[in-house]
Amino acid sequence: MANAGNFSVRRLTGFTTIAIICFLSLYTPILTLVIFSFNAGTSIAIWEGFSWRWYERAWANEQVQEAALRSLQIASFAAIVATTFATMAAIATTRTRPFRGLTAIYAFVNTPLMVPEIVTAIALLIFFASIKVATGYTGLGYLLAAHTAFCIPFAYLPIRARLESMDLTLETAAADLYATPWRAFTRVTLPLLWPGIIGGLMLAFVISLDDVVITELVKSAGQETLPTYMLGQFRRVVTPEMNAISAVFLGISILIVTLFFFLTRKRN
Amino acid sequence: MPEVDKADRRPAIEAKNVSKVFQGAAQDRVTALDAVSVTIRENEFFTLLGPSGCGKTTLLRLIAGFDFPTEGEILLYGEDIAPLPPHKRPVNTVFQSYALFPHMTVGQNIGFGLEMLGKSKAETAARVDQMLKLVQMQELKNRRTSQISGGQQQRVALARALAPHPKVLLLDEPLSALDYKLRKEMQIELKRLQHETGITFIFVTQDQEEALTMSDRIAVMSRGKILQIGSPREIYDRPAERFVANFIGETNFLEGDTVSTQADRAMVRLPGGATVDAGLPQGLKPSGKVTVVVRPEHADIVKAGQPATLAGALSNIVYFGTDTHFHVALDTGGEFIVRHQNSRGNESAFAVGEKVGIAFEPDAAQVLRD
Repeated sequence: MANAGNFSVRRLTGFTTIAIICFLSLYTPILTLVIFSFNAGTSIAIWEGFSWRWYERAWANEQVQEAALRSLQIASFAAIVATTFATMAAIATTRTRPFRGLTAIYAFVNTPLMVPEIVTAIALLIFFASIKVATGYTGLGYLLAAHTAFCIPFAYLPIRARLESMDLTLETAAADLYATPWRAFTRVTLPLLWPGIIGGLMLAFVISLDDVVITELVKSAGQETLPTYMLGQFRRVVTPEMNAISAVFLGISILIVTLFFFLTRKRN
Repeated sequence: MPEVDKADRRPAIEAKNVSKVFQGAAQDRVTALDAVSVTIRENEFFTLLGPSGCGKTTLLRLIAGFDFPTEGEILLYGEDIAPLPPHKRPVNTVFQSYALFPHMTVGQNIGFGLEMLGKSKAETAARVDQMLKLVQMQELKNRRTSQISGGQQQRVALARALAPHPKVLLLDEPLSALDYKLRKEMQIELKRLQHETGITFIFVTQDQEEALTMSDRIAVMSRGKILQIGSPREIYDRPAERFVANFIGETNFLEGDTVSTQADRAMVRLPGGATVDAGLPQGLKPSGKVTVVVRPEHADIVKAGQPATLAGALSNIVYFGTDTHFHVALDTGGEFIVRHQNSRGNESAFAVGEKVGIAFEPDAAQVLRD
């Protein structure tokens, strides 16, 4: 009786062992990568002492600077635009009376999460190729459009979750207290929605920043982002400089995801 | 009595044949309100009383503008407000969940309506302070609404709804979340606020005791209809329908035969042969079989052989502290409960099993409409 109520998976035989193996297999390679980013030698496998040299070198590398800057530009643009669209979609799917096709719209917004990325990438490649042929335009627009598109469902999820957990009576109360629909939105809905919007923004930012497959296929010549640049480097000589770039990149991602976690958690 | 004064006042809210049908999926039609008509007068404390699902909250939401009637008119001082959105109605609501804005302070919550109405900062600030004083919460002006107790949130919700001087204040079961003692306090507080502000209150509750204590008039609702409207005393002493008699307080039901009728009274022969003079609901002309109700405290128990209206045997005596309930198995079948107020030193002279009589107070009996 007493034990049935508080079953704990922790007490199962071998649980601890399995957990440790899981964590080790997940994090050992990453840990190794970070450790060798501080290698004084040129090998990514033989330790020759501690040094910041690869960080310094990466920092001074113009190609890295350019790619990192482009990545940030694309991620910022895609995150902001995608979050705006996602916010509108989330409001339309939660703050209206259920209408015909609501489920279809919901599915439509979320399908990109299920379509294999390589399929999206090839589809975009072919689609944009025909536009390139027709217009001759080869600018950054394709990457911006592509990133915005695949970021929308990621931005949509936390915003929708936030809207659904909000008490609808608050908006009713605002209307009761003479707020027009627009003012009820700006004074009550939006302030309460901010954690969701910030969450969506950061999630979209990270997703855009990390993307390789779609970027690789959509980008025009000379439009390397940090991940595609790194991928390109691995085809040549591999030095701990790659480790250093990866470590910084990892740090930024972890930072943003952690911020996202706390922002969406705490305000509830 | 205040009820008499208020009878002459002009109507604040008039609902005329208001129906509300909620159209669900395919065949799912729910008639929440069925051709309801009611007039609520200026400065009245009017209560909509009924069990959950009776339509009382729907009527409130139609007056507030959160829903629109399927049919009928709702007049506010003679003007049809049924098509107006909520933000254009000079009517405010105290919500069951309070619905205080969590990202604003107590003061900002109270000032919200005034701000939306475009009042100046100075005017808003002055009114907020006045409202805080009215609900005795001056010290908490800059607190977040999550940092105050349930009773305090209740007061803020009240102050927020009263601040813009609404013509009518709607209260949707506002006390249901409070504990018993706080609820009692707030009942008195609400009554005081209504008196001090002179605003018409429309109060929704399913608590009959709350309705009886606070209201000038009560409308008892069931299944989308208003069954009876009257002062608490009328509703309690002269229930017109079985549902009303049952829903409010305890009642004894007796089957009888009409002997004769006058304007608003009838002589009814009860089982066992005794005839009582009973009140009639408005406009009822009964004949033949009727149901008569008698409240347990409007009858007394007497020793067998003394003059009595009904006779039976004591089946149970239940002591309640303030009063004692005598359960009498009537000789003609059925049970009758008599409530006797206790006082010190008058221990019951009756024993279970004893033959007893039941004597009615004058005007104890009331005929039902069914």
